Amino acid sequence: MARKKEEVNPYSSINVDDAYYKTLLIKKYENRKKWAKVDNSIIKAIIPGTISKIFINVGDEVKAGQKLLILEAMKMYNQILSPADGKISAIHVSEGNRVTKDQVLLEIDCAENVIDDN
Amino acid sequence: MSLKQKSLDLKKRMREALEGGGSQAIEKQKSGGKLIARERILALLDPKTFHEFDLFVEHAAKDFDMDKKYLPGDGVITGTGTIYGYPVCIFAQDFTVAGGSLGYMHAKKITKIMDHAMKMNVPLIGINDSGGARIQEGVNSLAGYGEIFYRNTQASGVIPQISVILGPCAGGAVYSPALTDFVFVVDKISKMFITGPEVIKTVLGEEISMEELGGAKVHAEITGNAHFYAESEQECFEQIKKLVSYIPWNNTRKAVTFIKKEPNSKQYNIEKIFPSNPKEPYDVCDLIRSVSDDSDFLEVQELWARNIVIGFGRIKGDTVGFIANQPLYLAGVLDVDSSDKAARFIRFCDAFNIPLVTMVDLPGYLPGIDQEHAGVIRHGAKVLYAYSEATVPKITVITRKAYGGGYIAMCSRHLKADFVFAWPTAEIAVMGPEGAANIIFRKEIMEAEDPEKMRQQKIKEYKDKFANPFVAAAYGYIDAVIEPKETREFLIHSLEISQGKNEKSPYKKHGIPPF
Repeated sequence: MARKKEEVNPYSSINVDDAYYKTLLIKKYENRKKWAKVDNSIIKAIIPGTISKIFINVGDEVKAGQKLLILEAMKMYNQILSPADGKISAIHVSEGNRVTKDQVLLEIDCAENVIDDN
Repeated sequence: MSLKQKSLDLKKRMREALEGGGSQAIEKQKSGGKLIARERILALLDPKTFHEFDLFVEHAAKDFDMDKKYLPGDGVITGTGTIYGYPVCIFAQDFTVAGGSLGYMHAKKITKIMDHAMKMNVPLIGINDSGGARIQEGVNSLAGYGEIFYRNTQASGVIPQISVILGPCAGGAVYSPALTDFVFVVDKISKMFITGPEVIKTVLGEEISMEELGGAKVHAEITGNAHFYAESEQECFEQIKKLVSYIPWNNTRKAVTFIKKEPNSKQYNIEKIFPSNPKEPYDVCDLIRSVSDDSDFLEVQELWARNIVIGFGRIKGDTVGFIANQPLYLAGVLDVDSSDKAARFIRFCDAFNIPLVTMVDLPGYLPGIDQEHAGVIRHGAKVLYAYSEATVPKITVITRKAYGGGYIAMCSRHLKADFVFAWPTAEIAVMGPEGAANIIFRKEIMEAEDPEKMRQQKIKEYKDKFANPFVAAAYGYIDAVIEPKETREFLIHSLEISQGKNEKSPYKKHGIPPF
């Protein structure tokens, strides 16, 4: 058992009720997803697929719930709807393009970008 | 035919059936570092105790030319035997026969041995190594799974059920292990998932290997589906044997009493292990070993939700279930996973007449958006439910911090603990001194010339007054303040006193725990 002692201090700390406790962290805690507010201004591909139809142009005013484009994937036509009222500020794909998951498809200028608690 | 000829015929038939999937399939299985099904059973059971059932069962499939195929034992071996003399019923899927696929008669063999286990009131051990449903048998193979799940559920809390994953176990098949009490996995051999890497790739475009998706490590560390993780099949069998020695045969019995052995007090000296500063970490397993017989402790779900420790030990020869916050990891907080882990273990112990020993040292619940959104309310409630519902003897030792909701949840007097002891280092309070001072003396701190100095002073005042076991002791919420080195003696005494405990819950069909 001639294991070398680790030289780096493995301990970290976590805060509960304004007090810091010296402790080790666990993988799942370290890898947890940081929360991000819902961003309505960027429309991303929900799954990989093909853009089969685009209904809007740059500069168009759109309403929440309006059809923006059709993303074909797994032999299904997925309607991508506008999450908010706004104006199309950019379109990054054209009909027939293959897209990967989370690829940015288009951007919207929208007033109520984020839902505020207050 | 004479008797001799009949026996020769029997031997010939047995030889054929015992060949399993043939030498080629057996070689392939072995090249993967795996034993074949019958070897596994023999490795696990006491020598010469395995008595096989249904060796001559044949499959009943007619379509797709299946009627022309002979599948020895229909891909599963079932029977009875003993482990350290304890009776068990066992089945092992044989991957060398049609990939261990589950067809109608294969499932019938399994459900038959399950029914037998229930009738005989003995533990059931299932060794899973199967490619899944036998597609050629269509809906009959689905029926088979359903019949198994139903029996798993009926047997839950009546006989201990152990699942051993020694190969693939995918799709619907995973739900039988998931319904059982303990799941054993082996590195590089066990694979469990609902949808495999292929489907995930086509649907989501995400590439992941089987090992990364549902390998043994994943289930032992991340999902919590597995309770015991081993590096080899042999190690896995040793773990199963050890577990079996700790648990009773069924819910009407107590676990077998062993000869009492003193803990190794030199290696596990409480006064040396234990830092009195509530913010310093230590390994609570050492604390458990300082009070358990022979310093022996069989930890369950060792790698998952490490901020709480659960497992079996013995005190004066009798099995107890330990539940302890682990200050070494995440300061021992309760969170989604640790609540889940503790609650299920408490319910197992309660169902099988195993007294609970709870060691408390936690600052509270883990703060975080991820925790709230993952449902820490719902999961945390499981701990309260499980402790409140449990009628086995419940003994609680508060060693250091017992703040707020964490204090209540960890088998407090209010959830009807039978004995609550506190060490002089215990701090039983509505919250930690820092947090409490910041709220109670907010105004004084804000208005002070030197707010930080005032804050520190108020923290100290609060600490002196409330960060101790005596406030709770004054209300009778704890029964005694004891020296750490007296703990084992108090545990032994409490267990002796509670031998005749016979608490009844109000009549109900069943409760509705926050699953």
